[in-house]
This record gives sequence, C-alpha cells and structure tokens, in this order.
Amino acid sequence: MQHLDGNVLAGPLAELFAFDATMASARCGGCGAVELLATAMVYRDAMGTVARCAHCDHVLMTIVEANGRTWVSLPGAVLRAG
Amino acid sequence: MRRPASWHVATVTEVAAETPTARRIVLDVPTWPGNDAGSHLDIRLTAPDGYQAQRSYSIASAGEGTRVVLAVDEVPGGEVSPFLVHELSVGDQVELHGPLGAFFVWRAPEQGDTMPAPVQLIAGGSGVVPLYAMLSAHAAAGDATEFRLLYSVRTPADVFFRQELDALMGVDYIYTRQTPEGWPSPAGRITREALAAAALPAERSPRIFVCGPTPFVETVANWLVELGHPTTSIRTERFGGS
Repeated sequence: MQHLDGNVLAGPLAELFAFDATMASARCGGCGAVELLATAMVYRDAMGTVARCAHCDHVLMTIVEANGRTWVSLPGAVLRAG
Repeated sequence: MRRPASWHVATVTEVAAETPTARRIVLDVPTWPGNDAGSHLDIRLTAPDGYQAQRSYSIASAGEGTRVVLAVDEVPGGEVSPFLVHELSVGDQVELHGPLGAFFVWRAPEQGDTMPAPVQLIAGGSGVVPLYAMLSAHAAAGDATEFRLLYSVRTPADVFFRQELDALMGVDYIYTRQTPEGWPSPAGRITREALAAAALPAERSPRIFVCGPTPFVETVANWLVELGHPTTSIRTERFGGS
C-alpha cells in the first residue's frame, strides 16, 4: 500500500489538539531534522497510523483509533506549536 | 480566518458524473464554517453492524457558505470511494469532519502584501481537486497573482472540471495514455523536460503546490528541487495509490 503524508493527520489530531497539529514543527528523535508534521511520511493500515521522518524513516508518531477513542503516541518526536 | 474543525452532518443535494470513474458530489452542511482553498475533510461511513470506515477527500469548493463540493475518483476495491461514486444518492446523509489541514491551502493575499509570488499548481489525476479549489478561489478574489496549472491526466475523458478549466487561462495538460486528436506530443508520463518546459522557472520564485498519487508527487517534487526550486517553496499532498 502506498504511503500518504502528514496532511492526512489533520483529522485524527483535531480530536486532541485545539490547533492544526500538521502545522506544528516536529523534531525527529532519530536524525534531528525539524520539519512541519504535514511533510512526514504516513503509513496507514487497519491497525492504525504511523508517521515517519521523511529524512531517516524514524517513527515520529503513532495513532490508533478504536471504539470512538483516539490514542496518540510520540515516541520519536518533539512537537512545537507556533 | 480560523475555522475550527468539527463533526458535521451533511446532506447530499446533487450528484453528477465527473469522468467515467469519478463523481461530483454536492453537500449541504448547515453547520459548515467555510473552508480555505485546498483543505480537506474526512468522511466516516458506518455500516449497520457498527463497522466504520473513514477516508480523507479534498474539497473542490472554497470560501464561505454551507455548500461543499467534492469530486471523488473510484479506487477499485476501496472501502469508501465505490460507495460514494455508485451508491450515495441525493437526500442521503453522511458524517464528515472538517475543514482540515492548514498546510496545503492557498489564501488570497491581504491588502498591502507586496508583489505576491506567482503560483504553480501541479496535479496528477484526481489530485487536481484541491488545486481547482485554489484556481477558483483565486478567480473569485479577483487576485492579480499569476496562477498556472500543469495537469497530468490519463485521457481527455478523465479531465476533472473540464468546462471550468476551459474558461481559465494558464492551464497546461500532459496526457499519459491518450491525447486529443492533433495534440502536438504523444501520450506519455510527465518527464523532467516537460516539467521544466511547462512550469514557472525557479528564477521567478513561484510557490508550488503538487497533489496526486504518491509516486507522481515524489517524482515531480524531486525534479522541482533539481530544477532549482527551494524545498520551502514546494507544498505537497499525496493521496496514495494511483
């Protein structure tokens, strides 16, 4: 399945954040690159969504949506809004 | 203008064939806050057994009002698009979440902005939908910024918004499977040379929006960088498989 990009995270993340998190800067915990979350590579399957660094493929964020709830984990990124 | 995303109930008011594989869907969304050109929404379908499927679709309309226009291409074997293209009927209601995404949007320059950069839009297939929204918002605003669209499409019958695009200046086509009669170049995928010939050059410092299938977007974005465009002036939106 083809990957998508961080634009598609706007919907799931709007459930958690009051601002559009795809416009937040994300610093990759793997290579240190700082990019807007909208430009991350995003892989989706039935289990959930994984956002990876466009430079080094390090996992930045995972999102699992089930039973009307959303779990977001940021194991490898620091987000900065504004 | 800030337009917070929320869930809405939309009613289908019109459906029409857009191309042999795509359909234009007009929705009335009484609670819609309006949307920027290029933004998208998520549609959620719920089966009788409670199973839910959700997909993102670009919005073809922009601005104020409660009328929201989509143009959906069928992904064969997909979970959501075959339903939207074949089953959804006038009067049906759907749940949608939006407007979404502040990255892949174009806003008319504010009064006092000096010399806005020209804009180059590059579409692959149904990736033209958010770019069409930008073109029409630009026309509606009476904005003087130079706009161009380079549209890669399989055949003349697959062109979205044909009538509307014919009325606009600055649209270039690349036909990948079949050209109109008398077309000067044979059908074929976009090349770096064709991109360089049709797109505004790096010396003019255009803002560039690229939307389409993932391989198309990544190929074009890499070529744009090779042609001297800074990555910060290129905004991309990938919609997955072609």
